[in-house]
Amino acid sequence: MYAYSEFDHAFLKTRNAQFRAQVARRLSGALTEDEFKPLRLMNGLYLQLHAYMLRVAIPYGTLNSAQMRQLAYIAQRWDKGYGHFTTRQNIQFNWPRLQDVPDILDALAEVGLHAIQTSGNCVRNVTADHFAGAAADEIADPRPVAELLRQWSTDHPEFQFLPRKFKIAITGSPNDRAVTRAHDIGLRMVLEQGQRGFEVIVGGGLGRTPVIGKVLAEFIPERDLLPYIEAILSTYNSFGRRDNKYKARIKIMVNELGLDEVRARVARRFESLRAEWSGADQAVLDDLRRAFAPPAFRVAPIDGFAAAYQRDPVFRAFADTNLAPHWQEGYAIVTISLKAHGATPGDATADQLRLMADLAERFGHDELRISHEQNVILPHVHKSDLPALHGALKAAGLATANVGLISDIIACPGMDYCALATARSIPIAQEIAQRFQAREAEIGGMKIKISGCINACGHHHVGHIGILGLDRAGVENYQITLGGDATQTAALGERAGPGFAYDQIIPALERLVDAYLAVRLGPQEEFLATFRRLGAQPFKAALYETEGQADAA
Amino acid sequence: MTERFTPSVLTANDLLEGDVVYLAASGHWTRRLPEARLFTDPDSAALALAAAQAQPGRLVGAYLAPARLGPHGPEATHFREAFRARGPSNYPHGKQAEGLC
Repeated sequence: MYAYSEFDHAFLKTRNAQFRAQVARRLSGALTEDEFKPLRLMNGLYLQLHAYMLRVAIPYGTLNSAQMRQLAYIAQRWDKGYGHFTTRQNIQFNWPRLQDVPDILDALAEVGLHAIQTSGNCVRNVTADHFAGAAADEIADPRPVAELLRQWSTDHPEFQFLPRKFKIAITGSPNDRAVTRAHDIGLRMVLEQGQRGFEVIVGGGLGRTPVIGKVLAEFIPERDLLPYIEAILSTYNSFGRRDNKYKARIKIMVNELGLDEVRARVARRFESLRAEWSGADQAVLDDLRRAFAPPAFRVAPIDGFAAAYQRDPVFRAFADTNLAPHWQEGYAIVTISLKAHGATPGDATADQLRLMADLAERFGHDELRISHEQNVILPHVHKSDLPALHGALKAAGLATANVGLISDIIACPGMDYCALATARSIPIAQEIAQRFQAREAEIGGMKIKISGCINACGHHHVGHIGILGLDRAGVENYQITLGGDATQTAALGERAGPGFAYDQIIPALERLVDAYLAVRLGPQEEFLATFRRLGAQPFKAALYETEGQADAA
Repeated sequence: MTERFTPSVLTANDLLEGDVVYLAASGHWTRRLPEARLFTDPDSAALALAAAQAQPGRLVGAYLAPARLGPHGPEATHFREAFRARGPSNYPHGKQAEGLC
């Protein structure tokens, strides 16, 4: 893992001291809210429905145990004893007091964390495949490049006032777990004649104008990647719209100029920029590769794992759903579900955070990951340790065996917390998980994603079933989309029809799931495959069979 | 034609806590919606709003929120304001935990 340099520590110290002074000036009345707001947002501090909210960046979703413990400490000391992991691999604290935030930022800095650029029209936290460095299907760990991007984009003087926010996601695997096609820039590592490089996807995004990203360049060699990305940002900074907030994302620029014209402009910019890059970035990248070298894996028998798998059906269910293949023989990737049935997706108590830190230290080479699907991952666990790990998780309510199933739901905070929301998300997720718990194994792989407004933080457009909460004439109303896909075969869901009232959405989903079970070719055909085979018609028919009850919003 | 004024309470977020506050009939700021003053005429509401906006050292984002008179005082007419007056629905946090609703 990357450890902060003296430069990083000094930078954070200065930045936190600046913010402490800004808060003091706000509290003394020397700064108005209009003057203070952009300053607090640059440091990740929002004012939400009931309280301030601090969004802390977790770069490319990677944490060590000391960092995780510090998040637990912050949750307990300055918040209400829990944290909320987000769909951008960040963590949010929902209840900090303004005067405590400078101390919280100092506590974060002690372990190399901060909240910079988690808001505002700048390059946001770079997200990555949560299995990076561990996945069996990976070409190489993308995190050295992700860290290079973090260093380059943090406080980059040219890109602090972009037309709009800018999100970059990266994966080193052909199987896309980082939703690269729904980011302003998506990077997919590829090999060309043995040389490592990236497919560069541009102009993807969800929100009010959902767009699947387009391939701007099929192959950019690794040594050219940073100047090429700078050329994209520079082009966007010059030509992206600033007259209308809703047309300011790069996806609109790509749509208005056309992909070929954007490609040509980026190429021209790249040509003039390339010479300015001395190669220092490649030297940094070499250092970063060493920092992200794999841990010292051990070789040990895995008989204990096989025996527990045979003996214990609860462990077997956990192993079947929550483990993923690791490239190192004898190891597995463990996903810890933060989706216990009836719990708030993505929330973890301070005790749970601490336990996961302890388990990472004991069984996981001191590494944790946060997924955009709001779960926690121990990327490197030897299979012989899995029974003991499972036992410890079970005792803390963290052994829910539902990863990839219908109760493993992405949900934004929605109107329970968010000032922008138009309806609640969390209670819908809680109720779906509870309602389908008994038959979720039978239903099989299913991605439900819920957003509480059109900004789509809950990624509803790319859910197999997407749910969008809206305010229709002062009443919560939920639209369903069908057939979305967040992977390498990315697709936007198709709107099923009129929305459903709060108390009608769960019965509607039950009809939808029943229809799927009735028409699928067998348990091996997951919902998305059935949808692709049959189209939306049978599902629409099921949803609206009691049309009189649906609210024709 | 002038729009009909909807009875409203004056609300904002507290600068320090971020908590939701309301202007009470007595002129102080309360954390309880039932204690809020219900404005029924636009002029006094506009005057109170302007006065609140002139207190940047205490309040953030003051605005008029439609409300109606219930048995215990003003009540929210929109679900967003009902959540602001109560707290989130997934945990007993916020006003509902502090006996403020």
